[in-house]
Amino acid sequence: MGFRIADVELSSRFFLGTSSYPSPHVLQQAIAASGAQVVTVGLKRQLVAATTPNGQATQNDFYRLIRESGARLLPNTAGCRTAREAVTLAYMARELFDTHWIKLEVVGDEHTLQPDPFELVQATTELVRAGFEVFPYCTDDLVSCQRLLDVGCRILMPWGAPIGSGQGLINPYALRTLRARLPDVPLIVDAGIGCPSDAALAMELGFDAVLLNSAVALAHQPVQMAAAFKLGIESGRLAYEAGIMATQDMAVATTPVTGRPFL
Amino acid sequence: MSHIEHILITVNGESQSIPRGTSLAAVITHAQLAAETVATAVNGAFVARNDRVARELQMGDAVFTFQAITGG
Repeated sequence: MGFRIADVELSSRFFLGTSSYPSPHVLQQAIAASGAQVVTVGLKRQLVAATTPNGQATQNDFYRLIRESGARLLPNTAGCRTAREAVTLAYMARELFDTHWIKLEVVGDEHTLQPDPFELVQATTELVRAGFEVFPYCTDDLVSCQRLLDVGCRILMPWGAPIGSGQGLINPYALRTLRARLPDVPLIVDAGIGCPSDAALAMELGFDAVLLNSAVALAHQPVQMAAAFKLGIESGRLAYEAGIMATQDMAVATTPVTGRPFL
Repeated sequence: MSHIEHILITVNGESQSIPRGTSLAAVITHAQLAAETVATAVNGAFVARNDRVARELQMGDAVFTFQAITGG
């Protein structure tokens, strides 16, 4: 079940977001239940009122809990609208979190939070040159994905659906196409996953991993949901590796009888 | 009696008057921020932790500090 991504061996194909949990303690438990070895984190500009020792202490507490989970950190550039912003934030993330991994997010549309493919390519070009391992949050468009690979991405993270929507995989055809055309590229479905069956489907399509946050954090029982997703992801991957039968237009009898039971 | 000239900058959007020649590192310390828990930018450009002492702020500079948060 293990796999290799960005020169790192991982046994879990579940990447978990750390936002919007009821409490730091629940987050900590959810990470443990998920078995995730990679968790996403963010950074934000401080407000004047929050620039106080107390505010710092709260943030340090959260950061300590995540560090204690032992998971590898994948910082994001959430909120960026331009390549320039994203590049600046990536440098900050590298310093704050001490990792060259960056989940590159550049929003191109306010309503869907759809990634901007042009700004992504521009930012990736610069970041790869500067030694970053770029995990681009991108759409499922094959050609723009190709452009990201052209400028040095080794991993792609196409959306399943808009961030936080819980709609599942809204365009399975596009995802299947990506998998078929990019057989050697690690592909992680990121965003839009609503329930474990969505994650299982992504894995059955041959994706290498799934990244999600809201579906766990906003569940009534986040820890239990983290465990449910873990099982769903493992199940989907097992099924993919086992080989899923081809669908048929018509019924095909399964019981090997000889014609009708009575002549 | 010497006269210390002051300049105006902004820190996270709030105006501050600081003595000319003040470094970015000094502004971070003055804000009671632990240097290793924030990342900094001046006028939208990243300034690395090791460069803060040498970065002398200029009139009108916009300093921003960033902190680690949860994220998806």
